[in-house]
Amino acid sequence: MLSYAIRRLMIAIPTLFVVITVAFFMMRIAPGGPFDQERALPPEIEKNIKAAYDLDKPLLEQYTIYIGKILRGDFGPSIKIRDFSVAELIMAGAPASMQLGLSAIFLALIFGVGFGTYAALRQNSVVDFAVMGVAMVGIAIPNFVMAPLLSLVFGLYLSILPTAGWGDGEIQYKILPIIALALPQVAYIARLTRGSMVEVLHSNYIRTARAKGLREKLVVNRHAIRGALLPVVSYLGPATAAVMTGSVVIETIFGVPGIGTYFVKAALNRDYPLVMGVVIVYAVMIILLNFLVDMVYGLLDPKLKSRS
Amino acid sequence: MSQNAKTANGLVKGLLNSSRAFVLGTALLAGSMTMLSTTHAQAEKILRVGNDGEPQSMDPHFISTVQTSRLSDDMFLGLLTYGPDGEPVPGAAESWTVSDDGMTYSFKIRDHNWSDGVPVTAGDFVAGWNRLLDPATGAEYASLLYIIEGAEAVNSGKEGAKLAATALDDKTLQVKLTAPAPYFLAQLTHQTAFPIPQHAIAKFGKDWVKPENIVVNGPYKLTEWLPNVHSKLEKNPEFYDAANVPIDEVIYYTYEDRTAMQNRFRAGELDVARDIASEQISWLRDNLADSLRIAPYAGIYYYAIRTDKDMFKDVRVRKALSMAINREAITDSVLKTGELPAYSFVPPGTGNYGEPAYISWKGLSYNEKLEEAKKLLAEAGYGPDNPLKFTLRYNTSENHKRIAIAAQNMWKQIGVQAELFNTEGKIHYADLKVGNFEVARAGWIADYNDAQNFLFLGEDRTGPLNYAAFDNPRYNELMLEAEKEGDLKKRAGLMKQAEAIMMEAQPYIPIYYYVSKQLVSPKIEGWIDNAPDRHLTRWLDIKE
Repeated sequence: MLSYAIRRLMIAIPTLFVVITVAFFMMRIAPGGPFDQERALPPEIEKNIKAAYDLDKPLLEQYTIYIGKILRGDFGPSIKIRDFSVAELIMAGAPASMQLGLSAIFLALIFGVGFGTYAALRQNSVVDFAVMGVAMVGIAIPNFVMAPLLSLVFGLYLSILPTAGWGDGEIQYKILPIIALALPQVAYIARLTRGSMVEVLHSNYIRTARAKGLREKLVVNRHAIRGALLPVVSYLGPATAAVMTGSVVIETIFGVPGIGTYFVKAALNRDYPLVMGVVIVYAVMIILLNFLVDMVYGLLDPKLKSRS
Repeated sequence: MSQNAKTANGLVKGLLNSSRAFVLGTALLAGSMTMLSTTHAQAEKILRVGNDGEPQSMDPHFISTVQTSRLSDDMFLGLLTYGPDGEPVPGAAESWTVSDDGMTYSFKIRDHNWSDGVPVTAGDFVAGWNRLLDPATGAEYASLLYIIEGAEAVNSGKEGAKLAATALDDKTLQVKLTAPAPYFLAQLTHQTAFPIPQHAIAKFGKDWVKPENIVVNGPYKLTEWLPNVHSKLEKNPEFYDAANVPIDEVIYYTYEDRTAMQNRFRAGELDVARDIASEQISWLRDNLADSLRIAPYAGIYYYAIRTDKDMFKDVRVRKALSMAINREAITDSVLKTGELPAYSFVPPGTGNYGEPAYISWKGLSYNEKLEEAKKLLAEAGYGPDNPLKFTLRYNTSENHKRIAIAAQNMWKQIGVQAELFNTEGKIHYADLKVGNFEVARAGWIADYNDAQNFLFLGEDRTGPLNYAAFDNPRYNELMLEAEKEGDLKKRAGLMKQAEAIMMEAQPYIPIYYYVSKQLVSPKIEGWIDNAPDRHLTRWLDIKE
């Protein structure tokens, strides 16, 4: 298991390097630069500013300078929010994004597994169809539709939660964005759990457990859930990626000061250092979480454990 | 009930119980938070403003957006400042004199302090301007001070260059200009002309603008900046007129999504929303009429025609394209937000200018214009067998798109085939700058209230900002003459002659004059609509 873990970590380093390189050149290839705007800068001023950000140098030189800085842990200054360095902005934005993302995943797991199991145990009943129907709707409605709807209903019409914003980080501001972010994942995990649970409940080892006279509660809690959760665990990697990319939309709609918001604005502003900083943070988080998921999967699946 | 179902029921009950506890806890917490904030609000007057963009910097030298200057206007006091009606009034300078040739200004600095108690001196202005012009600073707006002698040379890094701004003593500042510029005083309200606290910059370096370090000479001081959330400014007790500043705290919330900002305003979470979603204008007129503020704004929306492209070298073609645009239909039926149809490049009401030089055929009916346009095109060699074809470029925005579609249809009536091409803002402006377009949408908001700030866009020496590559020697000559003219009337006359040339040549098709659109709660007092759209918090109050 340890060697498997080390091997996985070693692969992560070149992966990250490739991500940085591709993102760097893609950003620079995109037409339009950070100083192209309605009020164009006089050439001499543009020259001064470009020099201040090393943007006057050849692309390859810019790349080597950037990689050198990254290795020293320096993400550079933001071009558009000039009072902050990229590291400061990420440090300011990461807590909000992490809170949203982790809460959404947590909610998705609790409710997704709960509803999925509930439906599986009442397979082909009205409840099963209802839960799966609602889940289908949850998957089908995209974030950017669900979020404004939630804001309108709970914020404006019922006035029980703020329509948007972050306040000083009070909990009432977090509820709607977390729900909007979690809903598609709840739905997906519910469907996944239901399918896998139905399959497990019909498998031989469950039949054996029941034949031995084990109480149904124990059969489900001790034997079935563990097996049924395997696909859910392996989905956690993609789910995390989905929550992170989804958070870009949710943060923008609800005005959450997370790194997703920076990503959108920085990309539109061609704020190269900030975009790169956020890409690196996202890449590290996704790589790390995928690694953790693999480890948990290994622990849950006895076959994989024995192989490794 | 089967065993399976019982187990499932238990599971769901557990989940429901925990979610009930969660909701109850949340409600209690939210309730106590609301109570706390209410108590707080009773003690202080807090203005909550929805700002339609994240501030770029609190350092006046790194500011180039209107959204950011709203904060810097509250924190710093230039020699002149905006009054409640947007007109320049004395600020850090209590008085000034101008030499007979209109080129030397002497300012008497008011006795007032930085927020840390250190007196503001004439040297703080000189230091500020030199810092702004230093090429190493990389200030986007440095060119605005080029009217001061030596400024351009300093900014271009010329050896031995010196700015002609001198602190004769702590309270006297003398400035020499390159030409008599009647707009110079108005320009001093702009953030580029603000003083800087040299002592704070020496101590904290670039971190001098962080809330814990910032030193200001204006009515408010930054206490908190959470990027993409809000910036809080508190009243500066050291401000010279603090006793007459009613509002204790102003919070600028960043909201680029106009609909979200509007919802917060409707929910009573904002007192002011600095922009609105235009497509909801009818709803706002019906439901929030007492809050809706639409006022003329010093700006022009136009289409630039690239005059060096073969098909557009002929003035008859450009004129025909302009004549076929039904401006009234665009403002009244497409936009419906109070914009005015434009038949000049300088908006009416621009300082020291009087009535602009309108397009000579302004008074024709639209049908007459269409007929004339068809005739002009035919004369230029275009017709059903040889239709004029080009691409109309615009940057991403619902309104730009709607106007482009309308223009496309209007041109169709005279047999012109325009293909629409939409790109994101950065790409659009990068292409405009290098002349990579045929006809393109653009706009200009005045930096200071003077016709020159619009008309320079047609000058040859303007370079990339002269999107149309308009090159008319007489136009250039008139603008140069106007620059040297000290007599306001003569100067306006020269510029008007230049504008008339531009309107006849139509390198730019003026479409409409901008308006400012915002929501202001009726409980806010002192809000006066004005063309520069400046509303400093110090002039406002909140009715209890």
